[in-house]
Amino acid sequence: MGLIRDLSIQISQMLAVLLLAPLLTGFIRKAKARLLRRQGPRLLQPYFDLVKLVRKEAVVAQSASWLFRVAPYIIFATTWVAASLVPTFATGLLFNWSADLIAITALLGSARFFLALAGMDVGTSFGGLGSSREMMFATLAEPALIMIVFTLALIARSTQLSTVAGFMLSPAVGLRVSLALALIALVIVAIAENARIPVDNPSTHLELTMVHEAMVLEYSGRHLAMIELSSQLKLLLYISLIACVFVPWGLAPVAAGFSAHAIGAAAYVGKLAGAGFLLALFETTVAKMRVFRVPDFIGVALMLALLATLLRFMSRGL
Amino acid sequence: MPPAGFLLGDAALLALGAMAIVLGRGRSASAFLYSGALIVSLLLFGAALSRLVTAAEPSTLVLPIGLPWVGAHFRIDALASFFLSVVNFGAASASLYALGYGRREHEPSRVLPFFPAFLAGMNLVLIADDAYSFLVSWEFMSLASWALVMAHHREDENLRAGLVYIVMASIGTFALLLAFGLLAGPGGHYAFAQMRADAPSPLVAATVLGLVLVGAGSKAGLVPLHVWLPLAHPAAPSHVSALMSGVMTKVAVYGFIRVVFDLLGPIDWWWGIPVMVVGAATAVIGVLFALVQTDLKRVLAYSTIENIGVVFVALGLSLVFMANGFSVAAALAMTAALFHVLNHALFKSLLFFGAGAVLTSTGERDMGKLGGLLNLMPATGLFMLVGCAAISALPPLNGFVSEWLVFQAILLSPSLLSWALKLLIPAAGAMLALAAALAGACFVRAFGIAFLGRPRSSAAENAVEVDRFSLTAMGALAVLCLLAGIFPGQVIDALTPVVRDLTGANLVSQSAIPWVSIAPVAESRSSYNGLLVFFFIGMSALLAAYVVHRLASRAIRRAPAWDCGFPDASPLTQYSPDSFSQPIRRVYGNFAFRATERLDMPPPGELRPARFKVEMVDIAWEVFYAPVIGGVNRLATWFNRMQFLTIRQYLSLVFGALVFLLLVLASWA
Repeated sequence: MGLIRDLSIQISQMLAVLLLAPLLTGFIRKAKARLLRRQGPRLLQPYFDLVKLVRKEAVVAQSASWLFRVAPYIIFATTWVAASLVPTFATGLLFNWSADLIAITALLGSARFFLALAGMDVGTSFGGLGSSREMMFATLAEPALIMIVFTLALIARSTQLSTVAGFMLSPAVGLRVSLALALIALVIVAIAENARIPVDNPSTHLELTMVHEAMVLEYSGRHLAMIELSSQLKLLLYISLIACVFVPWGLAPVAAGFSAHAIGAAAYVGKLAGAGFLLALFETTVAKMRVFRVPDFIGVALMLALLATLLRFMSRGL
Repeated sequence: MPPAGFLLGDAALLALGAMAIVLGRGRSASAFLYSGALIVSLLLFGAALSRLVTAAEPSTLVLPIGLPWVGAHFRIDALASFFLSVVNFGAASASLYALGYGRREHEPSRVLPFFPAFLAGMNLVLIADDAYSFLVSWEFMSLASWALVMAHHREDENLRAGLVYIVMASIGTFALLLAFGLLAGPGGHYAFAQMRADAPSPLVAATVLGLVLVGAGSKAGLVPLHVWLPLAHPAAPSHVSALMSGVMTKVAVYGFIRVVFDLLGPIDWWWGIPVMVVGAATAVIGVLFALVQTDLKRVLAYSTIENIGVVFVALGLSLVFMANGFSVAAALAMTAALFHVLNHALFKSLLFFGAGAVLTSTGERDMGKLGGLLNLMPATGLFMLVGCAAISALPPLNGFVSEWLVFQAILLSPSLLSWALKLLIPAAGAMLALAAALAGACFVRAFGIAFLGRPRSSAAENAVEVDRFSLTAMGALAVLCLLAGIFPGQVIDALTPVVRDLTGANLVSQSAIPWVSIAPVAESRSSYNGLLVFFFIGMSALLAAYVVHRLASRAIRRAPAWDCGFPDASPLTQYSPDSFSQPIRRVYGNFAFRATERLDMPPPGELRPARFKVEMVDIAWEVFYAPVIGGVNRLATWFNRMQFLTIRQYLSLVFGALVFLLLVLASWA
């Protein structure tokens, strides 16, 4: 009985992240447009875009290798697996023990690895530009994320995300300096990793400012759809991660009943909407940075996360 | 198989080397020799692995050769069996690879005799059980590899590499000699068994630790003793580069573990600190330099330095935990170190084989002249991709598992009491995370530039796939990278006897955990399941591809690249290795390589080309190497004068020396 319940939670979680991810992106676009006093596209526009892309024929550059055609599926798969292991509305995921937070970080690293390779595959200067800059950002963002994981793991005494979320729900957490630092660092990493303003602009096609868009420039049709869906999933993943660690309220505990799960789902949708609105608000108020300012920005996250880890090593209370 | 069997195998290898001199040049000589080496290494590998898996008791052998009254002691315990397995597996794969690769060697008589001798040397180091045979084997290994580095001695660069290598190898051996001298004590107990029995005083032990860090560290490539490594490893033929980087550095790690964990007696609390500091610095500096190299083999050599750094951080953690009485944590760190040793042997050999295949088929090592090889060499490209992903620690491959284990060990350290350690260990963890991220960038760059994009030269355009022997060797290693990643529990269990010998504790048996997960400390803390991650990624990728192809469109149209509407005609407008690493060079440039960029832009109207030049300096070279080399040169010039004295001066020198020695002898008593 327990197995069936856990399995159904796991499967519904996998489907939920997949179905909600485009909606989140649509919501952020809509909110951003309204903040700028524009009408903006429909809320469901990302779904229509994906369907349209999937049905078109894919145009592949003549110099592209097989990697170019395989990479979108690998990127999608690794991101999806990572996203389905982050608790969204319940902590009792069946497969949560198969990969901990370090593994989730590394799965996102795999997706980035293949995305950067795909950017270089056609052999254009823009692709190389995007890959090179993306990897440069990653050299700072990834250690920052690992340090955040360390901080959380040292507080919850486990790198399993379900255990961490369960611990955050318990009254033993309290207010901690290290948690505050980790939160700021995680938000910065999330902005950088999802190619949002001020690090990158998701809606730019101005050549010299592109990073993420430069890598996927040559993609079209179903391949592009897969990549778009993966970036939407990744955004959802980071918001879920922040939500389940720092705002875990409403998360259904292990072996809870149906009503707890329903509350969890409602709370999750609420958290997504709140985070999406905050992101849209943030993006409308800041300007994009120069590329070589970005390392300083992500470097702040790395330093804060390292500081948080050091605090945890120094004292159990902070 | 007892030590006698291993000695027999080594003798067979030496005999093969001698035969190679007799057989001389010719294609059959190469095939005969490499297949011989392959068979012997496979036998030795099988014997060592069976000893490791069955957790055989240590067995010893004393031969009446070597120093009088001491004899030559040989012993195989769990630690030696593990390293024997790694070394002989690497040797077997290199021999298999060389069956194809070695045919194109243009100076076979400079390679063939030394190759089996090199293998025998490494094997002998691992089974030696007294200082004398250890040092003789160590030096034999160094000299044989030096001869292989000098195989293509007509290139100036190789000559320089050979010189630096032999100087560094001598310094390393000298440091080890002093270390063993201190361990042997005034009584001259050269056998390891006696060294193990009597613990040296703290001061002596600390000195020995420093000397071993220099001796074994210089061979392994620890910063700042690393500078010879990226010169020497790429200079050798590629299968030898693979052996030097993938395997010989492991023999150095073995030397360190043998002396520090086995012979040196009780561990002081601070021993782990220098080891960890040096390891973390090595990891970051190694990978930063790997990121800015344009020579494919040199990228791999610098990345070896990084991986050795990771191993030493784990060893340092293990020392710290042992000294503080956390034996399970020490066992975890040691498991991580040994697992990484195995992983690095697998993927670094694979990558060097791939670089060798590229070299064979294009004649180029400069990445700026490669590109687009994935279309022309699909199998090599696929195996290289696996190797690059594994070394970048991507799940579900093996590199991730050892990194995960190191991180888990770091997370156990807040329970330590020392404040210095509490500050140091998180910093080391941050350095490791940084090194891992940089390694990802490094191998995206290496694979992306060499194998993807459009060919940057006609050599790359006309590349063809390499022979079947080379492909088999690479394929086997790639499969093993995957297997070790998805069944890590089995590897950890096989390492248990080694870890128990060294740290006195062992992790819980991983095979007892359901669903082939690994949970090194306790299930409640953290677990990882490579098989399931692999299965999920594979299933979701296939499912997505199936759904999209089935329900939506499967049409493909080939067209010219779009590139924002301005497709560039020349392949030279692609990102080059230098331009790829430019952002990283600018971010990390100042503190790591003191990069200076000089741009010479002619004013409008002038016809000379614009030039852009980047210069990078390895600080270690200036601080440590230049003085040593300068000193050796000055000393040599000074001694050179001794050659041209008159007979009277020689006689007076001899007389003076005799009087001096007699005086010393007289005052001694």
